[in-house]
Amino acid sequence: MNEPVRRLSVLILVLFLTLMGAASYIQVIDAGNLNADGRNVRTLYREFGNFRGPIVVDGDQVVWSEPVDDPFKYQRTYSDSTLYSAVTGYYSIVFGSTGIEAAEDGLLSGSADALFWTRMGNLLSGETQRGASVELTLSAAVQRAATDALGDQPGAVVALDPSTGAIKALVTSPTYDAEALAGHDTAAVNDAYQNLLGQDDGPLVNRAIGGDTYPPGSTFKLITAAAALESGYTADTELYAPDQLELPDTTATMGNYGGGSCGDGERTTLAEAIRISCNTAFGNLGITLGWNVIEREAKEFGWGESLSIPLAVTPSRLPEDPDRAQAAMSAIGQFDVRATPLQMAMVAAGIANDGVLMQPYLVEQVRDSDLRIIEQSEPVEMSRPMSASDANELTDMMVAVVESGSATAAQIPGVEIAAKTGTAETGRDEPPHTWIVAFAPAKDPQVAVAVVVDNGGTLGAAGQTVTGGTVAAPIARQVIEAALAEEG
Amino acid sequence: MAIVADVHVRTGRRSELGLLAIAVAVAVLARGLVDYHAHILEPVEISVYAGAWIGVLALVHLALRRWAPFADPVLVPAVATLVGIGLAMIRRIDFAYAARGRDTNFGDVQTVWALIGVALMLLVILLLRDYRLLRRFTYTSGVLGLIALLLPLMPVIGTQINGARIWINVFGRSLQPGEFAKIAFVVFFAGYLVSNRDTLALAGPKVLGLRLPRVRDMGPLALVWVAAMLVQIYERDLGTSLLLFGIFVAMLYVATERISWVVIGMGAFAVGAVAAGTIFAHVGSRYTAWLHALDADVYRSGQSEQLVRGLFGMASGGLFGTGLGEGRPDLVPYAESDFIVASLGEELGLTGLMAILVLYVIIVQRAMRTAIGTRHGFGKLLATGLGFAIALQVFIVVGGVTRVIPLTGLTTPFLAYGGSSMLANFIIIGLLLRLSDQARRPEEVRA
Repeated sequence: MNEPVRRLSVLILVLFLTLMGAASYIQVIDAGNLNADGRNVRTLYREFGNFRGPIVVDGDQVVWSEPVDDPFKYQRTYSDSTLYSAVTGYYSIVFGSTGIEAAEDGLLSGSADALFWTRMGNLLSGETQRGASVELTLSAAVQRAATDALGDQPGAVVALDPSTGAIKALVTSPTYDAEALAGHDTAAVNDAYQNLLGQDDGPLVNRAIGGDTYPPGSTFKLITAAAALESGYTADTELYAPDQLELPDTTATMGNYGGGSCGDGERTTLAEAIRISCNTAFGNLGITLGWNVIEREAKEFGWGESLSIPLAVTPSRLPEDPDRAQAAMSAIGQFDVRATPLQMAMVAAGIANDGVLMQPYLVEQVRDSDLRIIEQSEPVEMSRPMSASDANELTDMMVAVVESGSATAAQIPGVEIAAKTGTAETGRDEPPHTWIVAFAPAKDPQVAVAVVVDNGGTLGAAGQTVTGGTVAAPIARQVIEAALAEEG
Repeated sequence: MAIVADVHVRTGRRSELGLLAIAVAVAVLARGLVDYHAHILEPVEISVYAGAWIGVLALVHLALRRWAPFADPVLVPAVATLVGIGLAMIRRIDFAYAARGRDTNFGDVQTVWALIGVALMLLVILLLRDYRLLRRFTYTSGVLGLIALLLPLMPVIGTQINGARIWINVFGRSLQPGEFAKIAFVVFFAGYLVSNRDTLALAGPKVLGLRLPRVRDMGPLALVWVAAMLVQIYERDLGTSLLLFGIFVAMLYVATERISWVVIGMGAFAVGAVAAGTIFAHVGSRYTAWLHALDADVYRSGQSEQLVRGLFGMASGGLFGTGLGEGRPDLVPYAESDFIVASLGEELGLTGLMAILVLYVIIVQRAMRTAIGTRHGFGKLLATGLGFAIALQVFIVVGGVTRVIPLTGLTTPFLAYGGSSMLANFIIIGLLLRLSDQARRPEEVRA
């Protein structure tokens, strides 16, 4: 009977090898799939069970992980959530994460390559993995001023440091409370989320960098003016500026705001055209310069770029192959020209910084759990859309806009401000979007701002005639005041 | 079957002592890790625990020296290591449940069962001085096994837990008589087969190049097949069914040396299992959960949820595991019993699981070794049957958890929480120790 016993032993070995093979398949070969399976709460628990690093603004934690007594171990906590949620995003066990929470997840959770040595150290000392803290470029004062100035009007505000590209404020309205989405009660989180989704004004949309983007209206005349200056025009170059510009190859005409005249009703200077925001002068520039010149200038300023700040920014758009009538419309920021508020802030910043456009960014530095700096942002030049002299010439024209043009509401005593307003038709039967882009002080710019208020905000809703000068300019003033107060 | 006797036969007891020290180290370190991660590591308590382990194993060692000096020296250390790992893991799962507000005391209860198990093992060695005695109880064992198997179907005492009717209620405790039936049947099969092997080995018709047994000798196989099918259908327990039938076929093969029995047996079981799966919905759903475990609707209906959660757990453990006390084994239902393998896979990783499987291989191969060394047919069959019982049971449980075969409700020997299994398996080890003692004892010392 010994031979069958031996054979049985071999069979038993085969059975156990099968088990070992199956275990290897589950634990090593297929482990990635199983760990990534949406039904695997374990992955969630582990990910959420780590101490996640805080998000810091001006040295204060605005988002942090609070130890709690539930399976997730930590509760993500947001202070002043409605102030910062456009930037920080949320970190939800149900809906994943957005904003900085998503873009810097590797650093916050501690799994990023940059934290390899920190992790090794923790492993040796027996400590659990701890995420890094992400310090934002935002200024609490500017962010709050922008939020308060915009109030509950739908719109967006972006403020940049023109010399570095650091984002000082990034506000979208309406917004949401990230804390409500970060809870561990999945039913409550789900309710809160569905409620936000159900609202018509899109509180989850970040208008400052994404969403549908806006027609920039007259603020786009800065691009057309820059293209003209780069093509040899000066502030005093006389432009053809009739009361009604006939659009080539069509029966349509373009008029000025309120049916007014520019200059003598026939000709005006480039500087004057900027000051009073003359449509026909810029519409004609669109035809005479040629669309490709304006398009090249706009691209230099960032149109068409997919920026990562590190939040993904929707690229601002230009019309494709417009005919001459469409080029005229596009040159005044209508037709198919679209821009994010961040893009318009970059226009202001590029002009302010002597024609050198800096890459915008939100993360100033990253420190590991031992407070060692592991990443420090260095300003990066993005492009040189204008020469310094052309930029200064355009700045002087923009100063006149605030002193005696369409943006007098942005004036601050003792501060020279450069600005350009915009009142952009949406093409629908509703009040226009009201814009301003500005920077100050004009000779030594510390801050560049773009403000957009959807459909003229409160005034528009009240049925009044709205312009960038009446609605957006006062908001820009408050943001600039806050920024300059901070610079001291 | 005579062997050449050596004057200086090594008992192996000294090697056993060294191996036992390793077992104690594993058991105490595992418990220490668990307590450390639960932040309740007490030097005094862990020392008492270590002392208890040393005391119990020293007692076993001395008992073996006295009453079974030639017993296999690897069996007890291997079993002790498994028990040590199991106790630590179950204690750790208690803590995991406690963290979620569920008050369990599986660890302490299991410790008591393990102690009773050790006592039973020693009792077997002490009372059963010659395994051949068991042959006298061949048919008694058969009847006892049958009764034990059928008890859960009796009204009042029979209980259905988690869909399987394999439990009985005795003094407020639920017992799995199937675990004990297993031993009784092995004794019965060994006694029956050793008497009838010559008849069963007679050649019958030849089909497709395979020499079949005579049709009139098919009776016993058919009877066991019917019993196994009834267990599968009425007790809703594919595991016990497969286990009993598998043991019988393996022993039949060893007794008759005829591979045709294996082919017929496995074929019959496969046909029966497929038929049962097709006819009875509750059997069929087990197959569905196995084959389509990850399908969204199978998972959502709850049929495969436990299985898949176990897979998630093992996957999260990866190669080296999360570490004892660092994972989330409590996310799998019955992490302490049916799914302790998944819990171990999660926290000890593939490496730890492999080590555990190797311990089982060692135990089973020592049983097979004993079978080869035993001089009598009855002993050979008994050792083979007992060893194969452990092997097949591990295969059925671990295979169920790792999706090699459909999931069943059997327990992992020595690891899983459960008294019946612990006691029954310690009795098996007692029998194997006695068998190996007699197998390895030199001629001149033999009584």
